[in-house]
Amino acid sequence: MNAPAADVAGARNPVYRRRVLVNRFNLVMSLATMAFGMAFLLWILWVLFANGFAALSLTMFTQSTPPPGSAGGLSNAIFGSLAIVAVATLVATPVGVLAGIYLAEYGRGGWLARSTRFMNDILLSAPSIVIGLFVYTVYVAQVEHFSGWAGSAALALIAIPVVVRTTENMLQLVPASLREAAVALGAPMWKVILMVTLRAVRGGVITGVLLAVARISGETAPLLFTALNNQFFSADMNGPMANLPVVIFQFALSPFDDWRVLAWGGALLITLTVLLLNILARSVFRQNAVR
Amino acid sequence: MQTQTHTPTHAAAPMPPPMTAAQTAAEPKMSIRGLDFYYGQFHGLKNVSLDIAERRVTAFIGPSGCGKSTLLRTLNRMYSLYPGQRATGEILFHGRNILDPGVDLNMLRAKVGMVFQKPTPFPMSIYDNIAFGVRLYERLSARAMDERVEWALSKAALWDEVKDKLKQSGMALSGGQQQRLCIARAVAVQPDVLLLDEPTSALDPISTAKIEELITELKRDYTIAIVTHNMQQAARVSDFTAYMYLGELIEFGATDALFFKPQRRETEDYITGRFG
Repeated sequence: MNAPAADVAGARNPVYRRRVLVNRFNLVMSLATMAFGMAFLLWILWVLFANGFAALSLTMFTQSTPPPGSAGGLSNAIFGSLAIVAVATLVATPVGVLAGIYLAEYGRGGWLARSTRFMNDILLSAPSIVIGLFVYTVYVAQVEHFSGWAGSAALALIAIPVVVRTTENMLQLVPASLREAAVALGAPMWKVILMVTLRAVRGGVITGVLLAVARISGETAPLLFTALNNQFFSADMNGPMANLPVVIFQFALSPFDDWRVLAWGGALLITLTVLLLNILARSVFRQNAVR
Repeated sequence: MQTQTHTPTHAAAPMPPPMTAAQTAAEPKMSIRGLDFYYGQFHGLKNVSLDIAERRVTAFIGPSGCGKSTLLRTLNRMYSLYPGQRATGEILFHGRNILDPGVDLNMLRAKVGMVFQKPTPFPMSIYDNIAFGVRLYERLSARAMDERVEWALSKAALWDEVKDKLKQSGMALSGGQQQRLCIARAVAVQPDVLLLDEPTSALDPISTAKIEELITELKRDYTIAIVTHNMQQAARVSDFTAYMYLGELIEFGATDALFFKPQRRETEDYITGRFG
C-alpha cells in the first residue's frame, strides 16, 4: 500500500483530510476560549488603570485616610497592609516550609503525612471569610478588640497551605540520586535536607512564598473580622489597623466621590504589587530552576 | 566505627565454601555471607556469599535486574532509606555485621563511600562539594581544609581543571568532570571502601577512560567495588569479577580466569554475548 505515501499534499487521503480539519477546529476553539479569558482580564485592567491613575498622587503615600470632603491619602492603609502581610509571611514561611519538608522527606506515604496533605488541601481551598470568622471567634472575641496581630494570624492561615504545597512539590522534584549521594557521605537526614535537597530547590520554595504573599495581600474578608480598619495612622499591631483591602471596600461603597477615587488608587496599588510579585517569582524560579 | 574490635564470632562458625581460591591473594575487607535481599515480597538477592578483597577492585557484572546494584546498595545500607526493603544474612566489616539493627548508618557510610551512575554534584561550589562531607566528621582549620580539598581533587585527577574556579558551582562542570568531582567528594572523607555504581555509563569514552585510569590509581589506597554493564570495563579495571543472574551469584573469581576460562556455562554465554 504505497499509494497514500506518494500523495504528498494528502489531498486525496480522506483519513488525513479529516485529521487536518479536526486539528483546525480544535485550534480555533482553543484560541477563542483564550481570547474570551484575555478579554475580561484586559477589560478589568483597563477600567482599573483608567480610574486608578487619576487617583495616583504623592499625597496618597504621605497622608492618612481623610474624612469625607477633605484631602487625604492612604499612608495609614499602605503601612498597615505592609505590616500585617509582613508578620503573616514571617510566620507562614517557616511553618509552611517545615511542614512541606516533613511531607516530602519524612512522612511521605505514611498515614500522618497522607492526612496532613488532605487537611492542607482543604485549608488551601477554604473560603477566606471562614478563616476570618475563625480568628474572630477564637481570638478577637476573646480579647474583645480588633487588632493587626489578628489580621496577621488570619492571613498566615491562608498563606501556610500555599507554602506547604509548593515546598512539598518542589522537594519531590529533587532526584533520589542527589539525596542518596548526600546520605552516602554519612550525612544525617536533617543536614541532607537543609544543605542539599532544600538548597537544590530554593528558587522554587522562594517562588512559593512570593506567590503566597501575592495571594494574601489582596485578601479582604479575613481582615474585616480581624484588623478591621483605623482612620488614623497606627503602628500598634495590638489595635485596629488600617489596611488597603478594607479601605478599598469601605471607600468604594461610599457615596463620596473623593473616597471612591482613593479606593481606585488603592486597588491599582494592590494590583501592581501583586503583578510585581508574580513577575519576581517567575524570574527567581527561572534563575534557580531544579537541575 | 572502630578498627580494633573483638575477635569476630563468625570465625569459628562453619562458612559456605569460598567460590574460588583466587581471593586468598588478598585480605577480605568485607565478607558477605548468606545474603538475602527483599524488595517487599520480591526476593532480589538469593543466598549470596563472597569477599570484597582489600585494595583490589571487585567488579559485578550481569544483565539488568540481576541484583548487582542491589548488592552494592547493601554494602552501605543505602536500601535502609526505603521502607519495605530489607536484607538478611551477614556482611562483616571490621568484624561487625553491618546488617545488625544497632549499626550507626552515618558512621558506616562515612567509611563506605559511594559514587552513582549519574553525576550528583550538590548545588554549591566545587570547594564546598568536597568540604561538605569532610565537615561532617572532622573539624579542620581553613588551611587544612584547603589542603584536603586539593588532595581529593588531585586524587580524582580534577585539580588542574578546576583549581582556578573552586568558588564556581559544581553544577557548571561537564558531565565527566562532575563525575570526577563526585569521586573526589567520596575520597575526601577518606573511606575504607568505595562503591561505584555504573560510574561511567552516562559518560563519553574519553571521560570513561579517565575514570578507569583513576580506579586503577585509587585501588592502591582503597578497596573498590564496581557495578558495570560494560564487560570490557570489568576486564580492564578489576581484579575479581562476580557474574550475577536473577539475584544469584553464578560465578566469582579472578577477573582473568573468569573471562578466559569461565567455569560455568551461563557465565561463558554472557561474556561471549550469546546471552540475550
